[in-house]
Amino acid sequence: MSLVIKNGTVYDPLNNIHGENLDIFVDNGKIVEELQVKNPKEIDASGLIVFPGGVEVHTHVAGSKVNIARIMRPEDHRKDVVKKTPHKRSGTGYTVPSTFTIGYRYAEMGYTTIWEAAAPPLGARHTHEELIDIPIVDKGFFVLLGSNYFILKHVEEDNFPALKNYVAWIMDATKGYAVKIVNPGGVESWKWGKNVTSLDDTVQNFEVTPREILTNLARAVDELHLPHSIHVHCNNLGSPGNYEITKETIGTLEPYRRHITHIQFNSYAGEDWASFSSGGSEIAKVLNSTDKVTCDVGQVIFGDATTMTADGPWQHTLYKLSGNKWANSDVEMETGAGIVPYKFKKKNFVNAIQWTIGLEVMLLTEDPFKVFMTTDHPNAGPFYFYPQVIQLLMSKSYRDEMLSQVHDMARERSVLESIDREYTLSEVATVTRAGPAQALGTAEKGHLGVGADADISLYDFREDAIEKSFKKAVYTIKDGHIVVKDGEVVKDYMGRTYCLDVKGELSDEEKEIFSKYYTVQLANYAVEDVYLPRKEVVPCR
Amino acid sequence: MIKENVVCPFCGCLCDDIVITVEDGHITKTKNTCAISKSKFVNHEKNALKSSMVDNKEVPLEKALDEASEILKNADFPLIYGLSSTECEAQRHAIHLAEILGATIDQTASVCHGPTILGTMDAGCVKCSLGEVKNRADLIVYWGCNPAEAHMRHFRRYSVYPEGLFRKDKKSRKTVVVDVRKTPSARIADEFIMIEPGTDFEILSMMRAHLKGRSTPLSDEYISLLEMMKDCEFGILFFGLGLTMSRGKHVNVDAAIRLVRDLNEYTKFSITPMRGHYNVTGAGSTMAWITGYPFAVNFSQGYPVHGPGEFSAVDVLARKECDAALIIASDPVANFPADSWKHLADIPTIVMDPKISLTSKLAKVSIPVATAGIEAEGTAYRMDGVPLRLKKVIDTTRLSDAQILSALIQRVIA
Repeated sequence: MSLVIKNGTVYDPLNNIHGENLDIFVDNGKIVEELQVKNPKEIDASGLIVFPGGVEVHTHVAGSKVNIARIMRPEDHRKDVVKKTPHKRSGTGYTVPSTFTIGYRYAEMGYTTIWEAAAPPLGARHTHEELIDIPIVDKGFFVLLGSNYFILKHVEEDNFPALKNYVAWIMDATKGYAVKIVNPGGVESWKWGKNVTSLDDTVQNFEVTPREILTNLARAVDELHLPHSIHVHCNNLGSPGNYEITKETIGTLEPYRRHITHIQFNSYAGEDWASFSSGGSEIAKVLNSTDKVTCDVGQVIFGDATTMTADGPWQHTLYKLSGNKWANSDVEMETGAGIVPYKFKKKNFVNAIQWTIGLEVMLLTEDPFKVFMTTDHPNAGPFYFYPQVIQLLMSKSYRDEMLSQVHDMARERSVLESIDREYTLSEVATVTRAGPAQALGTAEKGHLGVGADADISLYDFREDAIEKSFKKAVYTIKDGHIVVKDGEVVKDYMGRTYCLDVKGELSDEEKEIFSKYYTVQLANYAVEDVYLPRKEVVPCR
Repeated sequence: MIKENVVCPFCGCLCDDIVITVEDGHITKTKNTCAISKSKFVNHEKNALKSSMVDNKEVPLEKALDEASEILKNADFPLIYGLSSTECEAQRHAIHLAEILGATIDQTASVCHGPTILGTMDAGCVKCSLGEVKNRADLIVYWGCNPAEAHMRHFRRYSVYPEGLFRKDKKSRKTVVVDVRKTPSARIADEFIMIEPGTDFEILSMMRAHLKGRSTPLSDEYISLLEMMKDCEFGILFFGLGLTMSRGKHVNVDAAIRLVRDLNEYTKFSITPMRGHYNVTGAGSTMAWITGYPFAVNFSQGYPVHGPGEFSAVDVLARKECDAALIIASDPVANFPADSWKHLADIPTIVMDPKISLTSKLAKVSIPVATAGIEAEGTAYRMDGVPLRLKKVIDTTRLSDAQILSALIQRVIA
């Protein structure tokens, strides 16, 4: 199908286009120089802004922990029901939406690619099954390896070649896309009810430290040329004073590429809850002065959230702090997970400070290619609140208004009030499209240059109603198809699932360990191609 | 021909090391199977539903599908029920069909571990995969379940006997069985506690209170069990229908989950339900990711509404609310209360099953299908949520549940 998007104001930061009136040509799902066909379909984009399709760099939308959260939170779904339409399946929303609803809500907001941030390898098949039921958007997931038995063993035995080979094997076996590390070592220790709290603690029963896990995996990922760097949820997440370990983690990973995720949750100063304060400006300083590091922010949205991470010990702590219901799910040989419902309250002083920290990091980090907008959905709030975050970034007066509504302590213990910066539309396009696409190594995403996937979103942007402008795209175009019009899905569509062109072989010793200590047969472990109905293999080079 | 690493489509253990010998298109031998699994594989062809039937007359499949879709289209309040003994792909189609029809859909958890789900909704869940038990558990408690007869390889593969990373054999673990009678499972246990029927909630709650230092009239055997639970390095509580289907139901499970939650103040402790049908966990999973809810869902308003008691099959039938039923891979006539199943005889009932069942005998339409895991591939979820790919070990001309449901969807929307 051919398409021309005429007279829109185009924002395409990767191609250095910042609000120019341009026509965009689309043919066969790709952006092209010009069209050969006569009378192609035209979209009159006058008065509209034209962005590349949104790229979600970190979200929890598919797989076992998300589904446990759905099962344990009926109260979450009842208040937010989604009716079927001729083009949409029905579902439920709020913090842990059903799969179809997830696809529709991202698409209606102008997002066309999303990345599930944490899948246990043993549950990879499950994650893929849910991804199949997330329509419209392209998708893929990150594989939890930070407490994997084989990783710990190879680190302990100082056998880097074996570790690198194992990483290649498991990425292929799971059909995942990137290496995720959560509370390195701490998740294994949690299997005995313990944790690690510094980069040099040793993991329970292993002569291995978090620092060694991080650096070995970062090196393996770089040497294997995986498109995305390691994706790190640091140790001590959620704890006062943890900005120190975040700084140390970024530093110790020199010279490797690294992405620090939901960095807001790891940018806390203070010594305890009473002295809790923002470490956001400290973290921004590190980001400003360090190369080969990116992060996403995990901005707090006031209201309901469902916290879910592989960080079992932290989720247990949060259960103790909140008194809310708690799920824990440990996975043999690999990882674990915890889930706790949570509510961020404006008048809770810790929550109010957390809210300022995400904004501080985003506003004080100079290069928007280093820091990306997320809410770590649904940990800090649902993804469909992104338009509110955009308004906070673009409008100092809106920030000040919000700041005046939250606990007073937020003013005293952060520097947010003193920051005048307001994001431009190009910067918004960077932190929601160009930056994440570049960090993920997806060359055909996040921009509108010739050869890019024709994933495009058009908005009716109004400076006096920024949040409203980004809530619903006027058009979302996926692979050249109009999938959303006037904020409503108008076409059912199946996106791609990304995986990697990477190969490894298990050694005889690894095979023996597998057959002894897993409870499934090795022959039944690897994910079959049938789970990737639109498989897209990305080369590693 | 010998097929290895076959996944057993019988119970929630979902053993995946089965070896099947196929000769002339028939299963002749099995290896690594338990008695139940062996019988399931070897007797696979017995009692088969031979042909599509409408009103007890053999008809071509197309005719049965036409009839079934007319019944469903014309119903005001159709019920779709079953799902736990088929693959996830079929479950996903069944949910889609329910949505299109504005039907009520429910799965068999409703009459077994439904209370477990309700307990989870109230208190969460503290679980682990079965390999964690094998690798780490030094205390295994089976409460109200009898794996020796119902999940026959559970002890050997996952809990009591296997060599694990940190536990080498049965001697390095302690096994306790709590049940109302001395079952065959109790015989392999190091300790057996005979619980007075109907007192589970009371006992579990007192154990919690005792753990928190309150004075309770808890008897010595439970005090000593509690001490073991507190002092172990890694404990697991497996529970079955003895907890979920005895007096108290979901409050029993709720109390057990809360006890385990509290034990994590002292040590590492998990709790996992002994799910029965091999893919009942999958049925809950697919329903949850598509609708938000794992069972008892109604679509009559155009969106999913969850109502255990309101939209659970037993209740919908007992109140004679549904005016048509589609039963997939289940035999409610054999295990529902009479007040419920009798209504299935009064309304047009459609059955999809590989075998003749009591339900198929009273159905207006019955459609034979390929047996998932023997004649058709698909996904199934083990009792601990581990997803595995079911194998096709022999050929059949019959269509799979997923294919039949897909054909029904096409007819209903046409």
